[in-house]
Amino acid sequence: MNILSCENLTLGYEGRPVVTGLNFAVGEGQYLCIVGENGSGKTTLMRAILGLQSPMQGQIITHDGLKKEEIGYLPQQTLAQRDFPASVYEVVQSGCLNKSGRRPFYNKQQKARAREAMARLGITEFAKKCYRNLSGGQQQRVLLARALCAADRVLLLDEPASGLDPAITEELYSLIRALNQEGMTILMISHDLRAAARDASHILHLANRQLFFGEKEAYLNTDIGRLYALLEATA
Amino acid sequence: MTNAWQTLTYYFEFPFVRYALVVGIAVALCTSLLGVVLVLKRFSYIGDGLSHIAFGAIALATALKISNNMLLVVPITAAFAILLLMGGQRAQIKGDAAIAVLSVSSLAIGYLLLNAFPSSTNISGDVCTTLFGATSILTLTMQEVWMSLGLSTAVLLIFVFLYHRIFSVTFDEDFATATGTSARAYNLLLAVVIAVVVVLAMNLVGTLLITALLIFPALSAMRVFRSFRGVTICAAVLSVVCALLGIVLSILAGTPVGATIVIANLACFLLFSILGLVTTRRFA
Repeated sequence: MNILSCENLTLGYEGRPVVTGLNFAVGEGQYLCIVGENGSGKTTLMRAILGLQSPMQGQIITHDGLKKEEIGYLPQQTLAQRDFPASVYEVVQSGCLNKSGRRPFYNKQQKARAREAMARLGITEFAKKCYRNLSGGQQQRVLLARALCAADRVLLLDEPASGLDPAITEELYSLIRALNQEGMTILMISHDLRAAARDASHILHLANRQLFFGEKEAYLNTDIGRLYALLEATA
Repeated sequence: MTNAWQTLTYYFEFPFVRYALVVGIAVALCTSLLGVVLVLKRFSYIGDGLSHIAFGAIALATALKISNNMLLVVPITAAFAILLLMGGQRAQIKGDAAIAVLSVSSLAIGYLLLNAFPSSTNISGDVCTTLFGATSILTLTMQEVWMSLGLSTAVLLIFVFLYHRIFSVTFDEDFATATGTSARAYNLLLAVVIAVVVVLAMNLVGTLLITALLIFPALSAMRVFRSFRGVTICAAVLSVVCALLGIVLSILAGTPVGATIVIANLACFLLFSILGLVTTRRFA
């Protein structure tokens, strides 16, 4: 069952296309890894899927009643919000906002969900700490906990492992794998082809156009797949 | 001390002094709440820009001889607030430059209008009053007091009931939009509320000192507190205390109300900066 598909999609900024000719579909429970060089249109695609940017051509269709309120998102880490006074708990809890409907305050379920997400990512002890005083890895876990609060069916991750040390990266990947096994659909942008090759079910390779879309096994047998894997391994 | 108390009780027998106190506290509360959001959104200077636009609008209303100038001033200021806050990414002239252009232009146009269509013989006195709010808080009518109170209550209610949404949209606009909270709608609401509060605050401190009323409490609170809730509550309390202190001191010392409130805020900021230095060392 597909929950999201892109048809003949062209995306860009200010009239200049960044990525063209996208045709692919994501099924419920799949683990799609989006790979490609810097500037190949990966983040642009993710922003378009999230509705932060409208397509220049073609369309993005959600199926099976997938709503924005069921999507979680882990943005690429930025230096913005550096001096924002916010406790870890406040940031994580804000992920539950999409379940609020018209209620002005969070109810017990939402609060419990935020605590659960924090426990799952091992950040409960930082709950009252200031977000900006945490290390990069800790901040990433806070943002992932927030994404978990928001995600009911689909989780979009933009370079979740960038700037993390290997041990924490491994932890992160195994958590995402576990979520996927519980039925969560995953769309992940990654530079790390080894992780993609191990965990993903499907691969989308972008280079300002769609170089490959399909199952992982097929990808690893194509020329681009082999070449890319080689480049990754030597990088 | 007894002398000071006597002076105060003497002054508070006058209704206009009591009005000034009530309106001062109400406005200080509103500006501090909005100030937290503005400072965090990197829009600290929008209050200044909008207050100049409001000055231009007041001059226009005077030139057109409109008796209740709020009916003209609030919509014009709101329109520009929307333009500045929402134009954001797509505007030809961005952020700080846009604010600078608009505020300087409307200041010039306003001053020109006041000179071309003088409403009294003392133009520079009028301009000074509008800019620095020298006496206007002491000349409030009953109607203005009720309007200020009504608007302040509305701002307070909006802030309380939309608190979590305001946090989410301010902290990460993209995440909020991506997960189904319309950041656009909240930015629009924010722009309108800011315009209303700026016009309100003009009565208190005049156009030039509004920025101080908006950003000082938030900045002071951010020196010491590390959570959004802590900063918001602290800013509100500080702002009310400074307004109260400023008004009382201005009565006792015979200083201009607006400037005294700002100086109270400045003193508070310095105090909290020192406090912040001491506590960070302890918690870091």
